[in-house]
Amino acid sequence: MNPVTPLAKAVATNPLKSSQPLGAALAFLGIEGAMPLFHGSQGCTSFALVLLVRHFKETVPLQTTAMDEVATVLGGADHLEEAILTLKTRTGPSLIGICTTALVETRGEDFSGDLALIRGRHAETLGETELVLAQTPDFAGAMEEGWAKAVCATIAQVVPEAESRVAALNRINILPGQHHTVADVEFLRESALAFGLEPVILPDIAGSLDGTVPARWIPTSYGGTPVAAIRGMGRALHTIALAEHVRGAAALLEARTGVPFTVLDTLTGLKAADRYVALLASLSGKPVPAALRRRRSQLEDALLDGHFHIGGLRVAIAAEPDLLYGLASFFAGLGATVALAVTTTGDSPILARVPAETVVVGDLGDLEARASGCDLLVTHSHGRQASERLGIPLMRVGFPIFDRLGSPHRLSIGHEGTRDLIFEVANLVQANRREPTPQSLNPFRDRGESHDGLAQIAAR
Amino acid sequence: MLKDKIADVFNEPGCEKNQAKGAKERKKGCTKPLTPGAAAGGCAFDGAKIVLQPITDVAHLIHAPLACEGNSWDNRGAGSSGSDLWRRSFTTDLTELDVVMGQGERKLYRAVREIARTYAPPAIFVYSTCVTALIGDDIEAVCAKASETCGLPVIPVNAPGFVGSKNLGNKLAGEALLDHVIGTVEPDDVGPTDINILGEFNLAGEFWAVRPLFERLGIRIRACIPGDARYREVAAAHTARATMMECSTALINLARKMEERWGIPFFEGSFYGISDTSDALRQTARLLVGRGAPSDLLDRTEALIAEEEARAWARLEAFRPRLQGKRVLLNTGGVKSWSVVAALMEIGVEIVGTSVKKSTAEDKERIKQLLKDENHMFESMAPRDLYAKLASHEADIMLSGGRTQFIALKAKMPWLDINQERHVAYAGYDGMVELVRRIDLALSNPIWADLRDPAPWDAEGRLTAAGAAPRAEPGRDPAADPTFLAHHRRKFAGAGADDMAEC
Repeated sequence: MNPVTPLAKAVATNPLKSSQPLGAALAFLGIEGAMPLFHGSQGCTSFALVLLVRHFKETVPLQTTAMDEVATVLGGADHLEEAILTLKTRTGPSLIGICTTALVETRGEDFSGDLALIRGRHAETLGETELVLAQTPDFAGAMEEGWAKAVCATIAQVVPEAESRVAALNRINILPGQHHTVADVEFLRESALAFGLEPVILPDIAGSLDGTVPARWIPTSYGGTPVAAIRGMGRALHTIALAEHVRGAAALLEARTGVPFTVLDTLTGLKAADRYVALLASLSGKPVPAALRRRRSQLEDALLDGHFHIGGLRVAIAAEPDLLYGLASFFAGLGATVALAVTTTGDSPILARVPAETVVVGDLGDLEARASGCDLLVTHSHGRQASERLGIPLMRVGFPIFDRLGSPHRLSIGHEGTRDLIFEVANLVQANRREPTPQSLNPFRDRGESHDGLAQIAAR
Repeated sequence: MLKDKIADVFNEPGCEKNQAKGAKERKKGCTKPLTPGAAAGGCAFDGAKIVLQPITDVAHLIHAPLACEGNSWDNRGAGSSGSDLWRRSFTTDLTELDVVMGQGERKLYRAVREIARTYAPPAIFVYSTCVTALIGDDIEAVCAKASETCGLPVIPVNAPGFVGSKNLGNKLAGEALLDHVIGTVEPDDVGPTDINILGEFNLAGEFWAVRPLFERLGIRIRACIPGDARYREVAAAHTARATMMECSTALINLARKMEERWGIPFFEGSFYGISDTSDALRQTARLLVGRGAPSDLLDRTEALIAEEEARAWARLEAFRPRLQGKRVLLNTGGVKSWSVVAALMEIGVEIVGTSVKKSTAEDKERIKQLLKDENHMFESMAPRDLYAKLASHEADIMLSGGRTQFIALKAKMPWLDINQERHVAYAGYDGMVELVRRIDLALSNPIWADLRDPAPWDAEGRLTAAGAAPRAEPGRDPAADPTFLAHHRRKFAGAGADDMAEC
C-alpha cells in the first residue's frame, strides 16, 4: 500500500489529463460504422478531434451538437435531435455514441429522456441505428473514465438481457482498456484465435485506427466491433477484462447475461503475460501453441539482456491509473525504482497497488517539480517540455503522442510486447548515457550532496 | 457587457462585406447558425486563445473544466525568441465539486495568485469558457481584485465558446487588448519608423523570415501582435506610426480602432508570395514617409525589393522544368487562396481549384483576375467530393490545412500543409522558394508510383497476372530461374488456379 496524495492547489500547470468525452469518443470509434457525437459547443469537439488526429494521424469521424448561446439558456434537446437526424441521413451510422460535455451537464438535462423521445418520434428514420448515451462531463474523471462509461453504456443499451445462458463454447469477450494500442488489440485477437477461441473485442480500435487505406471515402469509423457481435456478447463462455477501469463493464455484462469474468489488471511483464496465456489455455482446453511458447523464451532472454540497463534506474511516471500501474509494475519488475508516480484521479482502487515511492494526483507541472534526479520520464508527448527543461530523456506512452510516429502500432503487452518495451527503455537509456568525466568521478566533488549521476547512491 | 461587445464587433465599419448589408443584418454579423451534426471548426474561446497565446511572456490561465485547455494546449507552433511561459498550460481544471459548490471564482483568484507568485509574469490573461460563463463567474471582478493584490495586470478575456465561432473569438481577443492592454505603457524611445504588425502569429517562426527585411530598412517593429510578442511591446503598440494588418478577418476591429483612437493608419498586406512581400514593404515605407519618416526610405525600399525579388525568381526558375503543367488544388481560406496562386502560376503550375470560404470580396476579385475563370473557385467542398476529385487525378497535389490532409493521403495523392500546424516557414521571399521546393518534393516522391501500383494479388489474395507471371530479366534464360521453374512445373502438373494462391 502506498499513500495517494492529492495536491491542494488551485491551478493545474500543464495538464496530464485529456477529457472524459474524448475517452468515450475513442471507445465508440472502436465500433463498426459508429459516429461519436459530442453534446456541447463546437469547440469541445474541435479540440478533441484535433488531438485524436494528431495522435492517430488518421481521419477521425466526430460530430457536435453545436450548442449556441440560445440553446445553452433554453436547453439542448432540439440540437441533439437535429444532430442525430443529420448524422443518420448524411452518414448512415450503425451506432451514434452521444458523449455529453461539461456545458450540457452543468446545465443539467434529462438526456436519456430526450433520447427516448427522439427515438420514439423518428423510429422509422432511425431504423437499426443504435443511440448510445455516455454521460461524460469534462469536470470529472479523464480518458479512462470516459472510455469505461462508453463501454458500459454500449453494453447496457445494446446487449439484451438474458434469463438463461446459452454459451457458445469457443466464444469469449475481451474488454481492453483505454491505454491499449491498435497493436495491443491485434495481439489480443490473435492470441485468442491461436487457441481456437473466437473473441468479441469491445471496443476494437484496430479496425478504424490502424492506418489502413480503404479504396473509397468512408465518413464513419470502419472496422471495429460490429453492432451485431455486441448484441451477441451474452452468448460467450467468459469475459476477460484487461484493466481495472473496465471491471464495471464486465460486471454489468455478467449481471445482464450471466457471462462470468476475469479481470487482469496488466498484461505487461513475464508473470502478467503468463497469466493471460494460461487463462486462454484453460478456457479453450488446448495446449499453449509453439509460437507463444517461443515468444516467452524470447522475453526471458530480453529480461537477461535488458536488466543491466534498467535495474537501478530512477523513473518518474505520469499516466492514468491503469496505465500507471502497468508501467510501474514493469519497471519495478526489472529492478528500477519508480521514484514518482503522478496520476489523474485518486479514485481508482488500483493506485493502492502501484509500486512507487510516491503517488500524487496532479499534473505535469508536479512531475516537473519533483522529477529532478530521475533518470527517465515516462508520460505522453506533453511531457516534452519538462524533459527539455530538466534534461531527462522522455519515454512517450499513452495518449496523446503527437510528436512521434507509429505509437498506435507499438505493442507493449504479452510476452512479445514486454520484450519490445525492454528494448525500447534500454535503448533510450543507452542513447542518453553520460560518459564519466574526471570531475564526475572526483571523490571530493559535492561531499554529502546528491548530484547528477550519483543521485541513486546519495539516496541510499 | 459581453452582448454589447459582440454587437459592436459584428457592426464593423472596417469590413466591406459588413458595410454592404442593411443595419439589421449588420448587427447579426456573418456567423451563420451551425447545423448540429454537420458543424466543424473551433469556438469563440479557441479563437480568442489563438490570437492572444503567442504573447510569449504572459501566463494564459483558462478558467474551465479540463477539456477546454487539456485537449487543446500546445497545439500551435508559434515561435518565441524569449520566454517559454506561453507554452506552459494553466487551467483551473474545475471539478464537479467546484461547480456544484460555486467555488469557481475563489479557485480562479487563488490560481492567479499562485501563478503570480511562482512565475512573476508581466501579466496574466484569464479566459472565461462555456461552463464558467454559465455558472455566472464574474471573471472581470476577480481579475480586477487579483490585479490589485498581486500588483500586475490581470486581464479578463471574455469569450466563452458558445457565443460563436472562432472568428468572433479572434475579434473579442482584439477587444480585450484594446480595453486592457494597448496604451498602458509609454515607451521612452518612440521613433518615426516604428510600426505594428497585426494578425501575424509567427507560426513555425515564420515572422523571423520577414523581420530582418524591415530591420535592413531601419524600420522597427514596435509590436507584432501576437507573434513572438512581449507584453510590454503590445502595451506600447499605440505609439507606432503605421500598422500592417495581415489577417483582416481576425483583427480588423483592432486595426480600425487603433486608427480611431491613436491615429495610426493601417493597410492590409501579406507576406505570402513574392509580389505581396514587396507590396507590404512598399506600403509600409509609404505610410511611414507620409507620417514624417525621411523620404529616402522609399528609394531604399525599392532597392531592397529589386535585389530580393531578382534573387528569389532566380532560385524559383530552377523548379520551372519540374513543375510545369502540374495541377494544384488549394483548399484553404483567406489570403493564402490567392497570394500563393500568383507565384505558382508564374512558374507554370496550373491551379485547378481554390476555396474562397474565408476570402473577402477583394480576395475573390484577385483570384478571378489571376485564374481568368470563376469555375475554379468554390465556397467549400464536402470531403467526399474533394476525395473524388483527387482520386480521379483531376489534380496532382492538394495544399490545405491538417484537418483535410487525409482526404488527399487516403486517395494516395500528395498533400502539403500550408496551415497553422506545419513546421516550415513559407513567409517572405525565402519562404516562397521553400514552398515551391516542398511542392516539388511532395510531387516527386517515389512512394506515389509504388502506392498506386496494385498488389500482385486480388481482394481474395489470389495472384493476379502481374504476380503470377514473373518477367524474365533481359539476357537471362527464364528456364534457368529456379522460382520460374518451380512455378511452371506445378502449373504443368495440373494444379488449378486456386492453388496458385499458395505460391
